[in-house]
Amino acid sequence: MTTDPASPYRIEVRNRHSEFLAQPGKTLLVAMELAASQAIAVGCRGGGCGMCKIRVLAGEYDRKRMSCAHISEQEQAAGFALACRVLPRSDLVIESDHFVEGL
Amino acid sequence: MKKGVMRPGHIQLRVLDMDEALAHYRDLIGLIEVDRDDQGRVYLKGWTEVDKFSVVLREADQPGMDFVGFKVLNNQTLEQLQGELVDFGCKVEDIAAGELKGCGRRVRFDSPTGHMFEVYAEKEQTGKWGIAPQNPEAFPLDLKGMKATRFDHCLLYGGDLDGTLKLFSEVLGFDLAEQVVDENGVRVAQFLTISTKAHDIAFIKHPEDGKFHHASFLLETWEDVLRAADLISITDTSLDIGPTRHGLTHGKTIYFFDPSGNRSEVFCGGDYHYPDHEPVTWTADQLGKAIFYHDRQLNERFLTALT
Repeated sequence: MTTDPASPYRIEVRNRHSEFLAQPGKTLLVAMELAASQAIAVGCRGGGCGMCKIRVLAGEYDRKRMSCAHISEQEQAAGFALACRVLPRSDLVIESDHFVEGL
Repeated sequence: MKKGVMRPGHIQLRVLDMDEALAHYRDLIGLIEVDRDDQGRVYLKGWTEVDKFSVVLREADQPGMDFVGFKVLNNQTLEQLQGELVDFGCKVEDIAAGELKGCGRRVRFDSPTGHMFEVYAEKEQTGKWGIAPQNPEAFPLDLKGMKATRFDHCLLYGGDLDGTLKLFSEVLGFDLAEQVVDENGVRVAQFLTISTKAHDIAFIKHPEDGKFHHASFLLETWEDVLRAADLISITDTSLDIGPTRHGLTHGKTIYFFDPSGNRSEVFCGGDYHYPDHEPVTWTADQLGKAIFYHDRQLNERFLTALT
């Protein structure tokens, strides 16, 4: 796993069979947009709408506050997060497309 | 028929982080911070608004809208409406004067689309901000950011559009100004007015009740909307779509998100409505053009990113 803060993190999006490089210091979603990837759906980018809901399968990351309407405490413990609020601290393996409309 | 409701008077929004929210609503949109209370809520308004406040921000762990309040003519109207809301079948709650600082007694009620609304008759009138009441200048010199003039309307998503239309038209006296109708004749969007504005509040059909789409703030000109777009880029603010024009209402607009994911709009211009006007109708097969008049194509995010 990459730990040097200057080098980008490799993000593997398992269910999309895709990967992108995330610049350190950017949220996972913004880093994906900067890498011109579309592996995660983009909504509000502010932790509110839930469209970028993912599950982190492996890797280290920090989280900013997320809407409890989309990520419960149990889900947080199980690795679910909103990509717009995730700050990677290592390479990550994730699964995207966990947003369900109308819930 | 008018029932004594005058205008949208306030909206209370939930945000994840108050400091970040103030950088958005106060410093970027340019609302004036006018007060704070012991619950930690922050009160703001657009500079042209005569009442003390129109936007209340509350920090919470779920973004979205708490309620929208409408100002009515006087306390007699408030009493009358309270009775009619009860008769209509709303759950009605009395909120004491002062619960919002500077606001009189509020009557809060629920709605078929799952949103909470309020009517009230009295709010401290502090006057337009930064200009004198007599011989007023065109605008104050020290406005910030987009220099929004007022909180104008909001768009809400929910299921029972017919029920909420009935409540707003029969009890509160709103008119249906514009609508979108699908191929089966079902209304999937409704724009309601209590004034000559094309909308004082709007609703779009959605499987989940009680959702918030955006709060909108009025700018003066298309040049101001373009400048707002520049400010969105300068501040690296999350953009939704625009600058563009709507087919519905024909307003010129840009949409962006606050740091908690609540959508904001700033706009100018648009249609007007009088009580003898038939509703303007768009058909759902032209929905792309109805919503984004230039692109004529919907982006998925505009329909599904809600708080």
